[in-house]
Amino acid sequence: MAKLILSMDGLVLKEISLTKERTTIGRKPHNDIQIDNLAISGEHAVIVTILNDSFLEDLGSTNGTCVNGQQVSKHFLQNGDVIELGKYRLKYVNEVPQQAGAGDFEKTMILRPDMLRKAAEPVLDRPAAPDIAPPPAPAPAAPAAPAPSTPTAEATGLPLGAIQILNGANAGRSLELVKTLTTLGKPGVQVAVISRRPQGYFITHVEGSSFPVLNGKSLDAQAHPLSSHDIIELAGVKMEFFLKG
Amino acid sequence: MIDMSAALEIITRSSPGMVRTNNEDSVLANAPAGFVVLADGMGGYNAGEVASGMATALLGCELEQAFQQAPAWRREEGRSRACAVLEREVAKANGAIFQAAQSQPQYAGMGTTLVAAVFHDNRLAVAHLGDSRLYRNRGTDFIQVTRDHSLLQEQIDSGLISAEDARHAEHRNLVTRALGVEPEAATEIHEYEVKQGDIYLLCSDGLNDMVDDDDIAMTLQLLAVNLDLCATQLIQMANDNGGRDNVSVILVKIKHEFPARDGWISRFSAWFAK
Repeated sequence: MAKLILSMDGLVLKEISLTKERTTIGRKPHNDIQIDNLAISGEHAVIVTILNDSFLEDLGSTNGTCVNGQQVSKHFLQNGDVIELGKYRLKYVNEVPQQAGAGDFEKTMILRPDMLRKAAEPVLDRPAAPDIAPPPAPAPAAPAAPAPSTPTAEATGLPLGAIQILNGANAGRSLELVKTLTTLGKPGVQVAVISRRPQGYFITHVEGSSFPVLNGKSLDAQAHPLSSHDIIELAGVKMEFFLKG
Repeated sequence: MIDMSAALEIITRSSPGMVRTNNEDSVLANAPAGFVVLADGMGGYNAGEVASGMATALLGCELEQAFQQAPAWRREEGRSRACAVLEREVAKANGAIFQAAQSQPQYAGMGTTLVAAVFHDNRLAVAHLGDSRLYRNRGTDFIQVTRDHSLLQEQIDSGLISAEDARHAEHRNLVTRALGVEPEAATEIHEYEVKQGDIYLLCSDGLNDMVDDDDIAMTLQLLAVNLDLCATQLIQMANDNGGRDNVSVILVKIKHEFPARDGWISRFSAWFAK
């Protein structure tokens, strides 16, 4: 999304995102960008934003509007343009997604149905289908997949975590936390889940009237980050969390 | 009207994701009336938000009214009233959004995907348009119930590309049907049986594009007892994996079965009364 960076004498004052169709600039307080300086007219200029493009228009201001040193009345803004109003500068930043297309392909778009109708209008259209139809077979294989180059826990170089049970019948046993989620405890009594995230491991209470105890302190319902050698107590079982290698 | 809130546990959650500043998804749940609606809007500027917001608001209001007038399990035109009402109300919402898009230049070309589910009489009626999905988890069985109306799905169906290639396809975002883009909506409606313990997940493509179905299934199965945490976890996984799109989920757990209270006799008489 495009934005403006307001500065004076090289000092950045603020950043303004161009979210509105019309962003007004002027001295009076009703402007979207108010610059309280006598060199600025009450209604000085406006920026009209349509999709990814922004146009600057001077509203007949007394001292005029310059872009990159040139006086303009209307101007199609381009990334890096500097708008000068008196001593103030507004830098227009509109970083187009780097990998053209790749940035945009996540955005759902409508493929006009009439474009396709002759190609492959399937027989799926059956609003008058029998009341209880068996669920359609799941898609041949899930077409959904994390997009390539998705940062996963594995890829971020996060060391693998594990827990070792310290007491009870299973004392000494350990479990590597390979999966995104690992639940611990006794279902119906007390359960907690350890989630593996790019930034580390977190423990969260899932069910039970009492919360897990971490290093002697009872947790609340929120997720809590785990550090190596933390001691977790859950349903009477003590275990140690540690990071490998 | 039968109050469904005792039989259903419903959680809705929506996040703009990690990249976008605006959220064009819209979610709505009405537990007493037993229905949920999820829409993923599209169109320049705020038009996507307008379209999805109109879809959930209109359906939220109209479905509730319709099921107050007569219960969803009644028969109507040879099928359940839930299906008939869904078709009618989705068509009305389509007209309203289409009209707005035609008459307001700033909304030109807007539209929205839709997935709406009505629970009644141990059954579930699902209406959908576009690539927002409904999944069902039953025990260890996790399936995608709706089939996307997308170019990609049509290419997979016709054998043009394999499901494996589809993972890397660039045009995964092209939907072939949507609400509000044509004067008539080609809504797909089906009805399924519901069992106690089922968990239904409605989601926008921001979830299933970023998170593997296996991971979604694991989350639903491991965290079934805490639906709220389950929703948080799903959104968090999408955002941890990049969160390139808005991500919304609605989770519905069937706490116990909900047969239409009236027995077969009253149904029989209702059939006569038609």
